[in-house]
Amino acid sequence: MRVTVKLFARLRDLAGRGEIPCTIAAPATIADVWRALVAMHPALGPHAQSVSAARNAAYARMTTPVADGDDIAFLPPVSGG
Amino acid sequence: MSLLAILRDPLSIEALAAAVSAVARDTADGCGAIATFIGVVRGQHLGRRVQALEYEAYEPLAIHAFEQIQRETAAEWPGVVVGMHHRVGRLAVGETSVLVAAAAPHRDEACRACRYAIERVKQIAPVWKREFFDEGDMWLEGALADPQDDGARQAARARACA
Repeated sequence: MRVTVKLFARLRDLAGRGEIPCTIAAPATIADVWRALVAMHPALGPHAQSVSAARNAAYARMTTPVADGDDIAFLPPVSGG
Repeated sequence: MSLLAILRDPLSIEALAAAVSAVARDTADGCGAIATFIGVVRGQHLGRRVQALEYEAYEPLAIHAFEQIQRETAAEWPGVVVGMHHRVGRLAVGETSVLVAAAAPHRDEACRACRYAIERVKQIAPVWKREFFDEGDMWLEGALADPQDDGARQAARARACA
């Protein structure tokens, strides 16, 4: 299945772009999407312990299942305000 | 004027205060107080002279985070109406980056809800800032956003009720 990975702030800079199409085998969780992403962009690997995730613009867990066509976002620690 | 927004244009506390009070007026206990918070770009950070901050947001998720904060404040302080506006783009020192307004029947819950809401914005709103200072630039990173983290929620509540 195909999902679209969205990256923000430092993570986007490390990957070089903010939207990355990603093909993974079903069934899969957000953690599987992260692993596929790190395989493409190893510079993201060290950030595994400091990302939050969202599925289709709702906060999600690494264990959340993903479906074909999903938007999966990985978020570095936030700094609004 | 929407109560919850991510905006590119300059923010207006008057507009947000009017919006929350208009909603609160129609609630059972009405509106007797509006507390507001205005966050502005500071010119110094960790000894660096700041030239500008560049903000970005994941807008649809940010609106969902703001909606969660509204639900939390309404559960904690019934009758309170909270609004949040965050700006994105490049902001100069002194410009307003974030607004919170809380309307309530009485001042006590208005002030507490306003403080709680800005603490929660800092914890869970998917917004990031890049600092431009004299010698370069860098992303600033604060809390790892976890909207289900009850410890963070209790910490925000403790600050609001101190």
